[in-house]
Amino acid sequence: MTTRWFGAPVQRVEDDRLLRGHGRFTDDIGEDALECCFVRSPYAHARIITSIDAAAARAMPGVVAVYTAADLPFGGVDLPLLIPHPNLTHGRTQRCLASDIVRYSGEAVAFVVAENRYLAEDAAELVQVEYEPLPVVITPEVAARAEHLVHSDVPGNIAAEMLQEVGDVDAAMAAAPRRKRLRFRYERGAASPMEARAVWARWSSDEHRLTVYDSTQSPTSIRGGLAVLFSLPESSVDVIAPDVGGGFGPKIMLFYPDELLVPYAAMQLGRPVKWTEDRQEHFTAVNQERGQVHEVEVGFDDEGRLLALQDDFLHDGGAYTPYGIILPIITSAQVPGPYRIPNYRVRFRDLYTNAVPTSPYRGAGRPHACFVMERTLDAIAADLGIDRIEVRRRNLIQAGDFPYDVGVAWQDGNTVVYDSGNYPVLLDKAIALLGPKPAGDHVGMGIGIYVEGTGVGPYEGAHVQVLVSGKVVAATGIPNQGQAHATVWAQVVADELGVDVKDVEITSGDTRRFPWGVGTFASRGAVTAGNAMHVAARMVADKARQIAADHLEADPADLELAGGRVRVKGSPDRGMPLGAVAVLSNPVRYAFGGGTEAATQFAAKPRPGPPLQDGEQPGLEATGYYSPPGSTWASGCHAAYVRVDPKTFRLEILKYVVVHDCGRVINPLVLQGQIEGGVAQGIAGAFYERLAYDEDGQLRNASFMEFLMPYATEIPAIEIDHIETPSPLNPLGVKGAGEAGVIPVGAVIGSAIEEALGVPITEMPLSPLKLYELSRAHPT
Amino acid sequence: MKVNGVSHPAPTDPRRLLSDHLRHDLGLTGTHVGCEHGVCGCCTVLLDGAPVRSCLMLAVQAERHEVTTIEGLARDQAPLHPVQQAFHECHGLQCGFCTPGFVMSVVGLLAQHPSPSAQEIEEGIAGNLCRCTGYASIRRSVLRAAALSSPLVGKRRDGAE
Amino acid sequence: MKPPPFEYHAPTSVDETCSLLGSLEEAKVLAGGQSLVPLLNFRLARPAHLIDINRIDGLDRIYERDGGVAVQALARQAAVEDSELIARICPLLKDAMRLVAHRVIRNRGTVCGSLAHADPASELPAILLALGGNVTVVSRRTQRVIAADQLFTGVFETSLAADELLAEAWFPAFSGPSAILEESRRHGDFALAGVVRAGDALALFGVASRPVLADRRDPTHGLQPSGDLEATPDFRMHLVRVLTEKAFAA
Repeated sequence: MTTRWFGAPVQRVEDDRLLRGHGRFTDDIGEDALECCFVRSPYAHARIITSIDAAAARAMPGVVAVYTAADLPFGGVDLPLLIPHPNLTHGRTQRCLASDIVRYSGEAVAFVVAENRYLAEDAAELVQVEYEPLPVVITPEVAARAEHLVHSDVPGNIAAEMLQEVGDVDAAMAAAPRRKRLRFRYERGAASPMEARAVWARWSSDEHRLTVYDSTQSPTSIRGGLAVLFSLPESSVDVIAPDVGGGFGPKIMLFYPDELLVPYAAMQLGRPVKWTEDRQEHFTAVNQERGQVHEVEVGFDDEGRLLALQDDFLHDGGAYTPYGIILPIITSAQVPGPYRIPNYRVRFRDLYTNAVPTSPYRGAGRPHACFVMERTLDAIAADLGIDRIEVRRRNLIQAGDFPYDVGVAWQDGNTVVYDSGNYPVLLDKAIALLGPKPAGDHVGMGIGIYVEGTGVGPYEGAHVQVLVSGKVVAATGIPNQGQAHATVWAQVVADELGVDVKDVEITSGDTRRFPWGVGTFASRGAVTAGNAMHVAARMVADKARQIAADHLEADPADLELAGGRVRVKGSPDRGMPLGAVAVLSNPVRYAFGGGTEAATQFAAKPRPGPPLQDGEQPGLEATGYYSPPGSTWASGCHAAYVRVDPKTFRLEILKYVVVHDCGRVINPLVLQGQIEGGVAQGIAGAFYERLAYDEDGQLRNASFMEFLMPYATEIPAIEIDHIETPSPLNPLGVKGAGEAGVIPVGAVIGSAIEEALGVPITEMPLSPLKLYELSRAHPT
Repeated sequence: MKVNGVSHPAPTDPRRLLSDHLRHDLGLTGTHVGCEHGVCGCCTVLLDGAPVRSCLMLAVQAERHEVTTIEGLARDQAPLHPVQQAFHECHGLQCGFCTPGFVMSVVGLLAQHPSPSAQEIEEGIAGNLCRCTGYASIRRSVLRAAALSSPLVGKRRDGAE
Repeated sequence: MKPPPFEYHAPTSVDETCSLLGSLEEAKVLAGGQSLVPLLNFRLARPAHLIDINRIDGLDRIYERDGGVAVQALARQAAVEDSELIARICPLLKDAMRLVAHRVIRNRGTVCGSLAHADPASELPAILLALGGNVTVVSRRTQRVIAADQLFTGVFETSLAADELLAEAWFPAFSGPSAILEESRRHGDFALAGVVRAGDALALFGVASRPVLADRRDPTHGLQPSGDLEATPDFRMHLVRVLTEKAFAA
């Protein structure tokens, strides 16, 4: 291997078509598809008191079909509960279309198929549904009081409860020289990818084949589910996630009702069918996250060392629990972060509310966990009059402590064990990068350190093939939503095969090319699929060496792959092009061009015996898998200076620095983009965006005019530095990076504003109004 | 209406949005639809050389006008337009969904301010939402585009070929 | 989010427009469409008839008259922003443009449309009011001039009759000390609260059902702003005081 693509700032191979407007997103696929529109519940909680009357809609010209639950063979089936867990004692999932009770505003009740979306929307207005409103349960605090129930058969609105303890918290707390009780609150937020969701489906009765395009983060799982639902072999179902316009978590959820209804309608109607979500319904139809309330008690000594921590929190689960209890499990596991906490007890209750269901959104349970821990450390610092940085330094896990067992449950069924890291160095570098405090009044410094469990299993796979042209094609099951998979995996493969990165073409998220795998989520792409690419490419390289060895009359161990050739180490002129090896890998009867005459039966035979010998397979290709033994733990430290105008309460972020460790870096350009984008999303969630439900369960800001996603004018420049502590768990030594940027931002901004304005910050998100009210309540 | 230099018959349904007409009637799917209320900017196209929101125009309103979409900036196989090239060099895109809108807005921005100040860049790209990049790489892309465009500004002032 | 059905009219003259406005029920004028089309897409506006005035030639002039500048119904906000005439005789109007949404919106949006839409949080009605400008409205029946302080009557409401077209706005020349200041959550958003100063005159926006004139010494006198997700009435009053002080400090 002479060229090292790994680690180089390779410019993206996917840009050209996207920049020319030749990307292919799900809604770009037409083929004369029928278009659809949902009828959604306007009530957050109501009983449907008569059968739904769709007669007028069905009679409208241009309308092809209107489906209600009564019209569906699976209308009475609950949608899958994706991740069951023993503590999820009262898991509930919705049905494709509600027919009895609706439990959030936006829940689907009917599905209209028409010649185009305009007509579908017209017809949806004609569908008559009579509702009897029921009492609405909104916010986790109200849910916990259980004066009303979201599900009549779920006592206390409690979907799940879980208690974990490491050490002896009661004893340690009782013995602690100092104790503090704190309460923290995080509101709901929304991932809001720029492309909302979309599904397109075609049923070919001639071929008995279902083809689905879906803006999903997991086409392989969609394929598995559709095959089960429609009693088809998986090989008769193709699911493709084409270009996907951002995911950030909620597109990993499955099944949304449309993911069943669109294929079903296509099979019923014999025409392609497409549903494209609009922005308004995205706000009430797509999963959300982040609502939690934490009650914390911390015991510490006079030097600020943590002795015991107890966190009892409520998690706003929403109306259903399709994604299980992964979010509060992650929060529970990630509260301790990079700190040594000898005695830790965490309990959560996952509560039903009459709001959109929750499932991971970039950060997934971690921004809130980090906020709780970092704000607690700030409170300890304030209590003792010790510098905030010093308090952190005294509690950090040290470089020699790895592997470090936290002792609590992790989302993959294992316990949390940090594989590697160097947190004190992260902190030192961040402080150095941050530099001196800018002059002026109302300037505050904030700091936050986090760890992130990345690269969860179970596995991903990859197929790598060298073509007779010498070009390489490779595929994996997990789809791309902008993370530059086609570039970074080409780098991994190119290194193993000794070819130019431009000669490697990657396909991802297309079950026709690679049918197995899980999905793109949990900062796991680089770890799982990246290592699978590495494994598969290495298998191909080994095979190439074997084949070439016969022809070059050399020992395979003496061969190397470089410059698109297999050659003898030290004698670069003794070698053959990789494409020629691909030719020889497939003994043929008929030459078909591209040099294949060299592999026909009358060509010179380099070795005795049958052309394909025992255990050999034709083709210079291999399929490899990587299944991680446990998560890899990335980490980072963010710090910032902010200024808050004491009159208008406008926030100005004067400087924001990030020091990041995701193990070995595949492509620094791509990594920088992931971090910059993550921090921006964190700033958005800290000061601009929130989901404002009123007590009737109506989302009051369901548009981009009121849900304040920041523009460039609101996001500052971000300075980034790295350290690399390779993961010992995988061959590439990589850790995930996708979610890192977002995690500590709330903690950092909160801490900085608290210092700038001198008001206590215990909740997220903030706003000028919130700061005005806090400054009124806490006059200086 | 002329789109990317090619004449097309007037759309027949008066309520059809220009964005839908371009995408679904003319097959120019490079113009994306992100919010349909004029906030996100994904659907930005040039109308007689100036960037506008195609989701806030009826297709019939484009009659007698020239529309340039992302597909019209650089012909297939031809080198990228300087703004497109700059976005590539500066990693100014990730998922690529907001990208055509940003590119069209930046074409308009550079026509107005060939050497934009930092504030002109901020305000010139405010009006387009991006969820992936955090805007840093887009700011860098605009600066790079200005540099790449400088000898071409006169020729490209209307943003079209 | 697709517009509901409507009948589309594309008159090519002001007379034809007035004739349509005079004869059609539930008709709405479409100029720049930057406020109206979102309302159509949300189906919050459902006019039976849409009268698109964009095909009227020669209705986009910006010209000097009567010691001020006239801006016709189809003059785009971007054209006003770039107008040297306006920069020279009414710089406050030019300054305000930066705060009106974003350039791409201003390329299509019109000043007159903004005035006719009468969003109480919009900058342009407050500018017209602070400067003491007026608008000329035409109908089949008559042509009349409405002074700014008679134009805005409530949230999205003006004193225009259903058959009248806002054909032209007139802003008096003004070169004295002036400022427009606002607090908005994001650049280009509608203001939580805003103030316009023109000499000693002060107009407020975003804090009442319409833009209002106020006394700089007691700018919140009689003010009863409403509350929403981003600002309580109390916070709005606070911002008015802060912004007024700033506007007159310069």
